[in-house]
Amino acid sequence: MRRIAILAGAAVLAAGCSTGGSGGGSGEAKTGERTVVLVTHDSFDADAAVLEKFRADTGIKIDVRKSGDAGALTNQLVLTKGAPLGDAAFGVDTTFASRALDEGVFAEYRSPEADKGPQRYSVDDKNRLSAVDVGDVCVNVDPAALTAKNLPVPASFEDLADAKYKDLLVVEDPATSSPGLAFVLGTVAHYGNQGWVNYWQRLKANGVKVVSGWEEAYTQEFSGSSGKGPRPIVVSYASSPSAEIGDDGKPRTQALLDTCFRQVEYAGVLNGAKNTDDARKVVDFLLSEPFQKQVPEKMYVYPAREGVALPDAWQKAAPLPQSPATLAAGDIQANRERWITQWRTAVRG
Amino acid sequence: MAHGRPGLTGALLAALPPLGFLVVFFLWPVAAIIRLGLLGDGVGAVLASADTWGLVGFTVGQAAAATAVAVVAGLPVAFLLARTSLRGNGFIRAAVLVPFVLPTVVVGLAFRSLLPEGGVVAIVLANAFFNVAVVARSVAGVWSHVDRRAEDAARVLGASRLRTFLSVTLPVLRPAIGSAASVVFLFCATSFGVVLLLGGGEYSTLETEIYLRTVQLLDLPGAAALSLLQVAAVFAVLVIGAVTRRRQAAARMRGTAETARRPVGGEWAVVAVAYAVVALLLVPIAALVVRSLSTVDGWGLAGYRALAGTGYRGSLQVSGWEAAENSLRAATDATLLALVLGVLASVALVSLARTKARPGLVDALDTAFMLPLGVSAVTVGFGYLITLDALPGDLRTSATLVPLAQALVVTPLVIRMLLPVLRSIDDRLRQAAATLGASPWRVWREIDIPLAGRSLLAAAAFGYVVALGEFGATSFLARPDSATLPVVIGRLVARPGELNNQMAYAACTLLMLVTIAVVALIERLRVASVGEF
Repeated sequence: MRRIAILAGAAVLAAGCSTGGSGGGSGEAKTGERTVVLVTHDSFDADAAVLEKFRADTGIKIDVRKSGDAGALTNQLVLTKGAPLGDAAFGVDTTFASRALDEGVFAEYRSPEADKGPQRYSVDDKNRLSAVDVGDVCVNVDPAALTAKNLPVPASFEDLADAKYKDLLVVEDPATSSPGLAFVLGTVAHYGNQGWVNYWQRLKANGVKVVSGWEEAYTQEFSGSSGKGPRPIVVSYASSPSAEIGDDGKPRTQALLDTCFRQVEYAGVLNGAKNTDDARKVVDFLLSEPFQKQVPEKMYVYPAREGVALPDAWQKAAPLPQSPATLAAGDIQANRERWITQWRTAVRG
Repeated sequence: MAHGRPGLTGALLAALPPLGFLVVFFLWPVAAIIRLGLLGDGVGAVLASADTWGLVGFTVGQAAAATAVAVVAGLPVAFLLARTSLRGNGFIRAAVLVPFVLPTVVVGLAFRSLLPEGGVVAIVLANAFFNVAVVARSVAGVWSHVDRRAEDAARVLGASRLRTFLSVTLPVLRPAIGSAASVVFLFCATSFGVVLLLGGGEYSTLETEIYLRTVQLLDLPGAAALSLLQVAAVFAVLVIGAVTRRRQAAARMRGTAETARRPVGGEWAVVAVAYAVVALLLVPIAALVVRSLSTVDGWGLAGYRALAGTGYRGSLQVSGWEAAENSLRAATDATLLALVLGVLASVALVSLARTKARPGLVDALDTAFMLPLGVSAVTVGFGYLITLDALPGDLRTSATLVPLAQALVVTPLVIRMLLPVLRSIDDRLRQAAATLGASPWRVWREIDIPLAGRSLLAAAAFGYVVALGEFGATSFLARPDSATLPVVIGRLVARPGELNNQMAYAACTLLMLVTIAVVALIERLRVASVGEF
């Protein structure tokens, strides 16, 4: 019997530290408070104080539900459009906006805040999506490692195919990585429908290394990150150098601003939302100055709103690229799979 | 007919809760998402494509190779844990479970730095790395109860050690090895992160392709075609496993105290191999610890200090310690649920077999309980999206779904660890007890539970560890303020900045320590259950 007593005791102890025993935390809504479920991607993050202020001002609690990356988020929204997962969504980006719009995931809503900058990135004449932030994918370099090899810092797509930079570039596979796909789209925009495949053949001949995801490319292969890998040139984000600032206050890495592809992230009210009025207020909030001000530090992206100052580290190390490449969302939607297949044939074949 | 088969009704009643759980949280969602795919165009084209069959071949091939490596590496460790009374066995028992909790992304990165070329060999080794523990621990669970006297008799009659192992020991262990191998095979066939990371995009399996088609391309017809192939392949493997398990004789079970002893003679060679395997398992683990301590300016503890906070410039909404607490809570729920379901299912399966029910029925039930291990988490997860809103409370966006989804994976493990022991209990012991007047419940309490107690606790430890390390369902369903350690590690490693990276690896170390502590705690419970028989 002693054995059974021990087991029962263990079960009681275990139940005490289970999820069921932890009710009444900050997640519980106060009586009379309204909740808006915001469906978003894994990278979503916001300053708790800013969210709390919004809650105090409006009586709306934002319940954040994360659903994978931008692609996974979009496809889940499409799949559940008959019975939506929430009231508003944030994180559908340039690459997937067309699919979400074609499938009628979002309801029409033009935020009064949209005129203050977000409208510049509009993808839809019915105003179903509002731009929240801009995150450019750019080639990053480790200048110290290049100097050690007696090489100047490259500047353009063309430089990367130059024999001087043989075996120095690492990129992500566009089939499995969002920055990988953005970089391929950048080459499509730069070289056009005819030339981009040829460019990748030249990159391949120049020893480009392809890995499956950003984590491996940046933290393991790239020499400028903590992983101190072998390659000094990597596809990452315009914002990445802001996180690589040394004790002397100087950035250790640098983004090549002529190799950038612009990705815009959008928010909107979901069709069939239970709480449309409040969902609209949440979209307004995402475009408002207090939220926009903290997107760089929290999500490593640039505010879509005009006149929002970047943090100091960013002004020094990660300015917003001025003339990034872009492609229309509809073009991307129509060609994405074909381009990935062509890329595979050129680089893997 | 039921009146002619005492126990049949009880067995079927016991099977009801686990079956109901399986239907609602597995069969229904998977059938719904596959059906949605079959309604579209393109299923036939995918099935007819040569690439698809290459995919099937590679999936099965790499999983079979990894399973073979895991079995060969796991058996010496099982011997060490079951048959020897060496110091340090307790630590090894816990340490072999560590790979199970580590997020594949960090293990993948570690393997990538140890084997820079990646490729098939790296994929097979990494998959085996995760699964040696399955073989070592579940086989040890049976081995430690196997009566040593048959082996001693064979030795006295002049058989060599090898001959004794092959003709006496191995036949007794075969069901346990088969059980473990089928679990390992399913884990390897559905491993996702390892193939992506170490294959460098050049290798894909059914699992990675289903992920890409479902999550990135929303090509549901293509995904449905591949999911059907996956189900068929898994089904085939499970049926083969069930048939091999059926051919087995009851072994004589003993308490552990008298089977473990100090190794003698040639046994030391096996012990040496076991230590070598453990050392190899520790290499990638040590690499992670080293990374948690290295900074640009040499060694440092910055990552560990950061665990008290929320990452570089607040990358997280919880601190590392809070994440550890969240992990323990979620895993506790999942393990308790899985233990209840797994024990009921095992009791039902073994009782059905004892009632002389048709073996086909038993095998079919057994196979059904195992299916969740072999079907893509993405298929299940996307299936949830289109079905679970029909249940009250819209579980799709509820935190309750996390332990439910984890229990789906842990329950089959519990069954696989309990069933071999329950089945190998000599029926004559039970008959003797019944003859002496024990009620059926008393027979269970006096015979089955003491003999299976160790495996039950091993299963609990195992299930707990699997739930602790579970990433797929958790990362989809956990809310930011209830993020678990694997989710936190995944988030940190996906951000630039040295401190985030160090903190990610420090969190890995914390996860390992939590694992070892939890397993050690459960092992202590085990001590109380031994020696009463």
